Amino acid sequence: MTKVVVAMSGGVDSSVAAAILKQQGYDVIGMMLRLWSEPGKENSNRCCTPDAMALARRVAAQLDIPFYVVDAKEIFRSTVVNYFLEEYLQGATPNPCLVCNRIIRWKFLLEHALAMGAEYMATGHYVRLRSIQVQKLDQLIEEKIQLIRAIDRNKDQSYVLHVLDQEQLGRALFPVGDFPKEKIRELADGLGLPTASRPDSQDLCFLAGEDYRKFIKRNAPESLKPGDIVNQDGKVLGEHQGLSFYTIGQRKGLGLTSTQPFYVLAKQAETNKLIVGLEAELGQDELTVENVHWIAGDLPDNVFRAEVKIRYSAKEAWAEIKLHEDGSVRVRFDQPQRDITVGQAAVFYNGEVVLGGGKITQGGCV
Amino acid sequence: MEETIYLDYAATTPVDERVLQSMLPYFNHTFGNPSSIHQFGQRAENAIEAAREKVAGVLKCRPDEIIFTSCGSESDNLALRGASLATREKMSKDRILTSQAEHHAVSKTAGQMEELYDFGVDWLGVDEYGMVLPQTIAKAISQKTALVSVMLANNEIGTINPISEISEICREQGVLFHTDAVQAAAYLPVNVDDLGVDLLSLGGHKFYGPKGVGILYVRKGTFISPVQTGGGQELGLRAGTQNVPYIVGFAEALKLTEIEREMRIAHVKPMRDRIIGSVLENIPDSKLTGHPEKRLPNHCSFVFKGVDGNLLLTLLDSAGFACSSGSACKTGNPEPSEIMNLLHLPSEWGLGSLRITLGKESTVNEVEKFLVHLPGLVAKARKLQ
Repeated sequence: MTKVVVAMSGGVDSSVAAAILKQQGYDVIGMMLRLWSEPGKENSNRCCTPDAMALARRVAAQLDIPFYVVDAKEIFRSTVVNYFLEEYLQGATPNPCLVCNRIIRWKFLLEHALAMGAEYMATGHYVRLRSIQVQKLDQLIEEKIQLIRAIDRNKDQSYVLHVLDQEQLGRALFPVGDFPKEKIRELADGLGLPTASRPDSQDLCFLAGEDYRKFIKRNAPESLKPGDIVNQDGKVLGEHQGLSFYTIGQRKGLGLTSTQPFYVLAKQAETNKLIVGLEAELGQDELTVENVHWIAGDLPDNVFRAEVKIRYSAKEAWAEIKLHEDGSVRVRFDQPQRDITVGQAAVFYNGEVVLGGGKITQGGCV
Repeated sequence: MEETIYLDYAATTPVDERVLQSMLPYFNHTFGNPSSIHQFGQRAENAIEAAREKVAGVLKCRPDEIIFTSCGSESDNLALRGASLATREKMSKDRILTSQAEHHAVSKTAGQMEELYDFGVDWLGVDEYGMVLPQTIAKAISQKTALVSVMLANNEIGTINPISEISEICREQGVLFHTDAVQAAAYLPVNVDDLGVDLLSLGGHKFYGPKGVGILYVRKGTFISPVQTGGGQELGLRAGTQNVPYIVGFAEALKLTEIEREMRIAHVKPMRDRIIGSVLENIPDSKLTGHPEKRLPNHCSFVFKGVDGNLLLTLLDSAGFACSSGSACKTGNPEPSEIMNLLHLPSEWGLGSLRITLGKESTVNEVEKFLVHLPGLVAKARKLQ
């Protein structure tokens, strides 16, 4: 029997993923990562509280599969949490889930799964995989695995998995990506899984349900240097409490009095300035992406058109993509985009297929 | 599950078929409450009194010195709490002397006596094998000592303590002596006079009896108060309707253990020695923990440098071997156990403990299969570190 490790969280998606694989005849092993929590907040870490662990354990028992917890506290702290704080220190707005997927889930945990003799690792992510044959110039036919959006567009999580490479995808299974979320809930209900009625998870796990600002205040207070709030012309309008407290497009909490609402347009780390403007000033039609990862492993054409997603929750928009010599990519949108945010990922789609993506390092206007 | 080889007999043992058969009539056929006046009650009472005699026969004591409890931990609690409180009441002694290597059932109870009941606790250190040395007892014991508690054999590292030497010191000083024999009883004699103890704890499931039943031996004349109060069952020392089938099973299991002891030792000991020899020879940076000779005959325990014991257990289980570790923790929060800390291991060794314990069902084939797989799995665990 083919062994597969399912990364379980106690939530409905990974539980049903395990159930589906078991039904398909795999030899399923449940594993859970013990991630880092701030000292004293171990009980509120979203995905590995004692509660979540007990739930996952019960699900595993009900499915009659073994279940193990892997300690990833130190590596999670030194990679994901450090990255999160470091990015804020540099004036960016990070997405730590990308780092977690790349380093913790799909490297650290995958290595554990393989060491246990598993051929595959599965998660409860809403994405799909497709195997295609690619004809190379030298007539060799190469097999490639494509990352495809989930059937359920509203639940699609391909954005956070664009960091995976061919080797990782070759080991991956995503059993819930073929179903709408409703169907997954039904399956969970039908199986009587104890997770069936849990709400979907939203926030970063290590924030323990708190506003990220409080976390930064405790863990990177040096990033909270007050500075000027200025408009695009450099006129000082007020004082900010530290750049990491603000995100692009933010309107509330600026503490400015004026007849029209101001929005955060940009964060200037070098000068510690928060640049604000009116709603009409929001929106840029260009951005630069660095550390670009192409899922197929080969570079695409130098110039091509694709849909681009600039945040997990953003709607994808058409753009022209231009590859530069240094590996960075310049994206020019057909329409200006609100809230292009340095530190978030831009992910490129060709229809249902995820091509790749990278970190937004700069916005701009043509 | 079927293919998994069980190598964790120190954690618990399966109920012996003969023991199970002896228990079955007392669930629904002879089901009376031993305290009842009628004949249903009389038959049940007869069953537990017969069991008490059987147990007394093994411990070489009087039947009315045996108190049935729900488990070894409860017995330890009753001994520590009940005897020290009563002794302080009668003799104004207010110190407890115990070792740092005791099972939590003893150490946490002693800790609570210190915190909530104003006892002073002297925590004795152990030697490099985790052994409590009699001279440390002699040094620490005083006229204020109400109770000394030292385990017969250590559950994690298998070391056997010199109980009769320690009891001699206690007797000379007129101090009560308790031993937790829960882990030891499957292989070591528990003759209370040879050991020289006043109180001794046993738990049924460590020697092929059921879980959920234990005994405390209480030498006649020992000052002790009940911890669980209520009806007058168990000579007024442990209230609550007795668990008749489990008590019957406990006695049968202990009797079989006594009868078959030499045979069981002869079965496991060569396999134990084979494991110890092979591991130390074939796995680099490995160490035996606990005493090389004065150790339980079914017990192997090691530390491996640079290994997360928890991870090793996961890999072992996945490969079909059920073992245990001193840092075992199901929640992925590995901490070295107290005993590992006591052995003064360098920090890269402390989390890498592994315990393999054999039983009467263990076979040479199982052991050989295990020995083939272990070195590779240790290497894997090291690589993942």
